[in-house]
Amino acid sequence: MGPVSGTVTRGTSPQRAARRRLTVFRVVVLGLVGLFFVVPLVSMLDFSTRSFRTGGRTGAAWAKLVTDPQLSGAIVTSLVLAVLTVVLMVVLLVPTMIWVRLRVPWAARPLEFLCLLPLTVPPLVIVVGLKNVVLWLNYLFGDTPYVLALLYVVLVLPYAYRALDAGLSAIDVTTLAEAARSLGAGWATVIVRVVVPNLTTALLSAAFISIALVLGEFTFASLLNYDTLQVAINLQAKSDAQESIAASLASILFAAVLLVVLSVVSGGRRRRSASASARTTAVTTGTPAPTTPAQA
Amino acid sequence: MARTRLARLRPALGVVPFGVYLLIFLVVPTVTVVIGAFAEDGRPSLANLAGLVEPSVLTALLNSVLVSAVTALIGGVVGALVAYAVVTGKPDGALRRLVTSVCGVLAQFGGVTLAFAFIATLGISGVVSTWLDANLGTGLTSSVWLFGLKGLVLVYAYFQIPLMVIVFLPALDGVRVQWREAASNLGATTWQYWRLVGLPLLTPAFLGSLLLLFANSFAAYATAAALVSQGSPIIPLWIRSALTSEVVLGRQNFAYALALEMIVIVAVVMAGYSLLVRRTARWVR
Repeated sequence: MGPVSGTVTRGTSPQRAARRRLTVFRVVVLGLVGLFFVVPLVSMLDFSTRSFRTGGRTGAAWAKLVTDPQLSGAIVTSLVLAVLTVVLMVVLLVPTMIWVRLRVPWAARPLEFLCLLPLTVPPLVIVVGLKNVVLWLNYLFGDTPYVLALLYVVLVLPYAYRALDAGLSAIDVTTLAEAARSLGAGWATVIVRVVVPNLTTALLSAAFISIALVLGEFTFASLLNYDTLQVAINLQAKSDAQESIAASLASILFAAVLLVVLSVVSGGRRRRSASASARTTAVTTGTPAPTTPAQA
Repeated sequence: MARTRLARLRPALGVVPFGVYLLIFLVVPTVTVVIGAFAEDGRPSLANLAGLVEPSVLTALLNSVLVSAVTALIGGVVGALVAYAVVTGKPDGALRRLVTSVCGVLAQFGGVTLAFAFIATLGISGVVSTWLDANLGTGLTSSVWLFGLKGLVLVYAYFQIPLMVIVFLPALDGVRVQWREAASNLGATTWQYWRLVGLPLLTPAFLGSLLLLFANSFAAYATAAALVSQGSPIIPLWIRSALTSEVVLGRQNFAYALALEMIVIVAVVMAGYSLLVRRTARWVR
């Protein structure tokens, strides 16, 4: 029942009773479900700051995030990977998407299909098929965890594509390009100095969601044996559960801040991009559709 | 004719770098899996696929389907209730914005951190489990239920419910107040309105969302990998052991067969999902 139709006949008691029932229902549902989501987070804070020896509070587990070389090393690896992934994603995806809009419109549907494909092909399947590609990458670049950045671009592709597509739809790319071309700009200038500066919000969204995904990624890294943040958290649990839980909470909070900023940044676009994305995966939050959480 | 086609194709060179990238990192892996599933020792073979029907693998498949179905149902029902609670508020109110943002964030969670969140809550020395044991006499701290299928269902709910809220809100938004008013004007009770108008309209969207949630949990790996460190009760964990121990059930390429099984199931479910979404799209704005 929509916002109950009783605004006109407010005084009558059956309407009022229905309204009260609805309010009770809403409070109960949101309260209980909210509790389910808050309790684990609070428990993590409690667990990670508990001192099992004295029974008091201690920040020892949190201090280890910086002092434990294994963990801090993994944090650095993951952060560098996040930056590399964003750079690669921008370099590969942004010029291509702009170019397709301007010069190769017939490629728009295939591009969309391919970019959204990783939502349907689970990361676990991709990593199974990637073994040979990774051997080849190790041959080219050496056995460094940073080759993961090349693979992570696939994972962030659907989310980045959606964010950028919404940004591109909001501006008149063709007119901008024609104006710039008629003033003598080359195609590179059109893309880098005319279109991209109009895409700041979309670029930020794409970058934030990519960073959040890379920092939370476990499947690729663990199955390919690279020590990223999530892999280190998982390993550390065997010797020090408190430290692992502190690191987990820290990474959750960091990702949450990123994604909340993202949804604020892209909030204005929510309505417009909704109909476009509903076609493929019916999602309308400000954050690009989390259909298949890549790290879940 | 040839000239115009050439002129048409020249701009297409601009998409080549991205195309090559996708070919190497998305198409090649997928094709590798499909071909690899039908080969053993470099020769065509059905041995790997035959492995899929071994009892232990079939049990894992059954467990996977069961866990996915149950979490889809729980996530679907609870998520739909939350979405309804949100939709009955102000359309642009603070509550709605808060819930959609939070759900957008939570649906992305999962993975190792989520597993540890529940270990800290209900694990052997978890905060809530210790408290319940001390105050209500439950045996949670001495039980390992969290690390089995029941635990997976509970933990998966943490990202399934928010996902449901996100995908179901647009459908609920599409239910117009006028329909309700029209029904009341014609003398329908609340129950009649829901049974004859509301539910039939929402059913395709609801079933579609359930399918999406099913695929989401069927393909989930990291949470299960962190939670279940021994044994392989579900298919994603079978893939883990097939990948990490090279030879499983005497087969080299078994990981490919398992991965193919996963692609096929997820693809079928997602096809059903997009069919239902198209049906819903007819009346959702």
